[in-house]
Amino acid sequence: MTQNLLIDLHQVAKSFKATDGKSRLILDKVDFQLKEGEIVALLGKSGSGKSTLLRIMAGLIPADKGKVAYRDKAIFGPVAGVAMVFQSFALFPWLTVQQNVELGLEAQGVSADEREERADAVLELIGLAGFGGALPRELSGGMKQRVGIARALVTNPDILLMDEAFSALDVLTGETLRNDMLELWDEDKISTKGILIVSHNIEEAVVMADRIIILSSDPGTIRCEVKIDLPRPRNVESAEVRALIDEVYGLMTMRTTHEASSEVPSTKHLGYRLPDTDVSRIEAILDMVAEAPYNGRADLPQLAEEAELSDEELFPTYEALSLLGFAVLEKGDIILTPLGRKYFEAEQAQKQELFGEQLLMHVPLAAHIRRKLEVEVNGSLSEQPLLELLEEFLKADEAKRVLEVAIEWGRYGEVYEYDYHTGRLKLPEEEGEE
Amino acid sequence: MFELFKLQSRDDVVDDKGPNRWDWALLPLILALFSIFAFAAMQMSRPFSVGEALQVSLDPFYLPYYLLRTILRMFTALGFSLLFSLAFAAIAVKYAAAEKIMIPALDILQSVPILGFQAIAIAPFIALFPGNLLGVECAAIFAIFTSQAWNMAFSLYQSMRTVPSELSEAAHIFRLSGWQRFWRLELPFAMPGLLWNMMMSMSGGWFFLVAAEAISVAGQDIKLPGIGSYIAVAIEAKDGHAIAWAIGAMLTGILFYDQLFFRPLLAWADKFRFEESQGETSQQSWLLDWMRNSSWVRSWTESFWAFLSRGLGWFSVTYDGTSERALKKPMSPLWSRIWDGVLTVVTLLAIFRLISFIHSDVGMSEVVHVIGLAMITLVRVMLLIGLASLVWVPVSVWIGLRPQYSQKVQAIAQFLAAFPVNLMFPLVVFAMVTFNLTPNIWLSPLMVFGTQWYILFNVVAGAATIPNELRLAADNLGLKGWLKWKRVYLPAIFPSYITGAITASGGSWNASIVAEYVTWGKTTLVADGLGSYIKQMTETGDFHRIALGIGIMCIFVTLLNRFFWRKLYLLAEDHIR
Repeated sequence: MTQNLLIDLHQVAKSFKATDGKSRLILDKVDFQLKEGEIVALLGKSGSGKSTLLRIMAGLIPADKGKVAYRDKAIFGPVAGVAMVFQSFALFPWLTVQQNVELGLEAQGVSADEREERADAVLELIGLAGFGGALPRELSGGMKQRVGIARALVTNPDILLMDEAFSALDVLTGETLRNDMLELWDEDKISTKGILIVSHNIEEAVVMADRIIILSSDPGTIRCEVKIDLPRPRNVESAEVRALIDEVYGLMTMRTTHEASSEVPSTKHLGYRLPDTDVSRIEAILDMVAEAPYNGRADLPQLAEEAELSDEELFPTYEALSLLGFAVLEKGDIILTPLGRKYFEAEQAQKQELFGEQLLMHVPLAAHIRRKLEVEVNGSLSEQPLLELLEEFLKADEAKRVLEVAIEWGRYGEVYEYDYHTGRLKLPEEEGEE
Repeated sequence: MFELFKLQSRDDVVDDKGPNRWDWALLPLILALFSIFAFAAMQMSRPFSVGEALQVSLDPFYLPYYLLRTILRMFTALGFSLLFSLAFAAIAVKYAAAEKIMIPALDILQSVPILGFQAIAIAPFIALFPGNLLGVECAAIFAIFTSQAWNMAFSLYQSMRTVPSELSEAAHIFRLSGWQRFWRLELPFAMPGLLWNMMMSMSGGWFFLVAAEAISVAGQDIKLPGIGSYIAVAIEAKDGHAIAWAIGAMLTGILFYDQLFFRPLLAWADKFRFEESQGETSQQSWLLDWMRNSSWVRSWTESFWAFLSRGLGWFSVTYDGTSERALKKPMSPLWSRIWDGVLTVVTLLAIFRLISFIHSDVGMSEVVHVIGLAMITLVRVMLLIGLASLVWVPVSVWIGLRPQYSQKVQAIAQFLAAFPVNLMFPLVVFAMVTFNLTPNIWLSPLMVFGTQWYILFNVVAGAATIPNELRLAADNLGLKGWLKWKRVYLPAIFPSYITGAITASGGSWNASIVAEYVTWGKTTLVADGLGSYIKQMTETGDFHRIALGIGIMCIFVTLLNRFFWRKLYLLAEDHIR
């Protein structure tokens, strides 16, 4: 049975050291297998450690605990049979397309003639014949990613890891490239035995994968798995695919009910990872849901299409809306609460007031800052201790981001103010002045 | 005709190896360069005994020959600086333990004035080649090297540290060995910064050329044939015409190597620019265009690169991630702590030795005296940087906002930065003697004479990148006069101004050695300060006091950098974010 196991992860855990020396868990108890002949997609919101997991499988970073094996052999570094395609292409700008593609072969010491032959063959396969002498900067995004794929394929890898490989491209280009990739795979034109995709695009995952793995956050663990038996090519407009997309949307947004039941509601936590979104986007989505044709209840995939935003941008916004009590998520739908309706109808000044109230009630970090400021003699507070507090739960850059979100929301809700130059928070001036 | 142009595309295989017109144009140029440099190189090695006087003639007829010798020296030094930088950066990036010593050491080396190195190096170099001029030649080259190498090494190290993570990951995934990684990723990425610093280094080399070629250290008085010695002799002989000739020769020299060396190199290195969206205009070079069109050069470079890339296969990684050898072993915390301990002990020992040496050989009162002198120089440096800023910031902003001038002005500023301050001596002495001015005040401007251009240069570049929309918005809001400067221009150029001021400050300390001690014929004007102290001590060959003076200068420069300029720099970086 293990004969056709390409990658085998057993109870893998990974933590990072925060600046204060404490370690924080990024991934925990991950069991995962990639078998010969399948395409697997990893989905999860930011902070679920999906990129970290991919890099562990690539041999770029070591796991702290557990077993990582490639074809039954433990791995300690990048493996010859594993190639990777990067989100930002990661092409060497000073090398020609040909030289970029030959890079992996050159490192292995393949002779110049053979390198050229193999690179030519792959370039032709991927639709880049004639571009060998071009520099990457002369190419469009889609063409660049073709080079990225060619560079990975030329080494005849067993496993292809794709790290959000299509997300830097515009929708149409991404779709074309994705379909070309699937065609190569389904018609056995490449020797690759298994593909692993990390993505935040649900539609992409449903169209490409045989299995979808959904990761939960903080720490990242495998929450559930969706098997897809539909034959490829799959039509996005077909009813089965639509239903699947809806199902995955539902699973992705289920977290509050599912996870909160097991432990203390995670939102009540001071170090809660505030979603990466801003006030204007929150209001824009709330307005969309409130207005016709949705009138308070919207299907998420449909909303995504109309908002012309990616899932990576939308999910944090949904989370913010439900966090603040303006909406609830249910089976792939978003539903406005009465409070959300009231917010929609309010005047600007009332909106901000309402926002502030909800913020204090539902975001412990904001409430904490406000309380601290009220007891401070001069009504001001340095951001440094707050950052340190957050770093007990989050990575340094993530702590910084969360505090920035808390500051933006707090400013909007007129709960507190912030001076960028001094890095200090303070109570707002008496109301009615500005 | 059209066939000829089609051949320009890179991957066309040149079937016809016969010469084309570009070949015939390049051939004499290349042959001439080769034979000239071969001739000059042969002149470097000839019998010489210490004490023998070398004739340097002020006849302008000899100037081309002197220029050739000087340029050969500078390029030799540049070559060594490059080798040093490559080795330095590669080691510092790879070994954390070495990095801990190397980076502070570089900081200190950067603040040691050229005379300091010369005082130490001249005797061993002469002993290395007894009875031959090559020893002195080496000492001069070494002195030039010390004015070129440090910033190059630092730039290369900085770039290698900041290689984009995705490229670094790609290099790992495709299992490039350290050797392949260096040539394929790290060096190409560092190339633009390195080239830029090489150009700055050449300017730095000119600035201290007189000190490097006309060696008057520890009672020695050797003048190697070259432009620097020519200037020194002209100053001794009070020959204003010769000074003018020297300026002309220097200008020609800079123009030559700029056109024949740096322009082609910059244009070629354009492909190493990483930020693809950057609006910088790409460099043009007629020579590179010629070379790219010449079939001989092309077939030659092709086989050259093919030959070089064979070297990439030398150190391949033969194992992959399934082998335990791929496991990266970080330095164990115990060893790293022991290493830290060793370093601390060595540093403490050195400090102890220094203090006891100073105490017994020079005396504490001398130390206090020298610190006082350093204070005077410090005041001078800061005041003059401030004054230069007041003058040049508005001018540079004005220029930077007008793109039609800014490129030309940048080229001129680069030339002015190379201008050795010694060339100003006749004018200064004439003015000071005629108007009977006090050296303590009126010699000071010489300190920023060569370094103020860094402020001009950087601010022009900063102002040129102010987004057009920002300026339109300011106009639209009716911002005028001081308010416009306060709200738009000054904040926008602040980071580039700080960069320029840091370079200018560091340079001014070094320049104080030349600027506080001015001679013209028999007239000598001295301003009190650390620079004149070091200069006088080097002439008498008092090694203890040289060491003391240089040590104090190092401490002052390092402290100033650490606690003043770096703070400002961080502030500027934070502002612009």
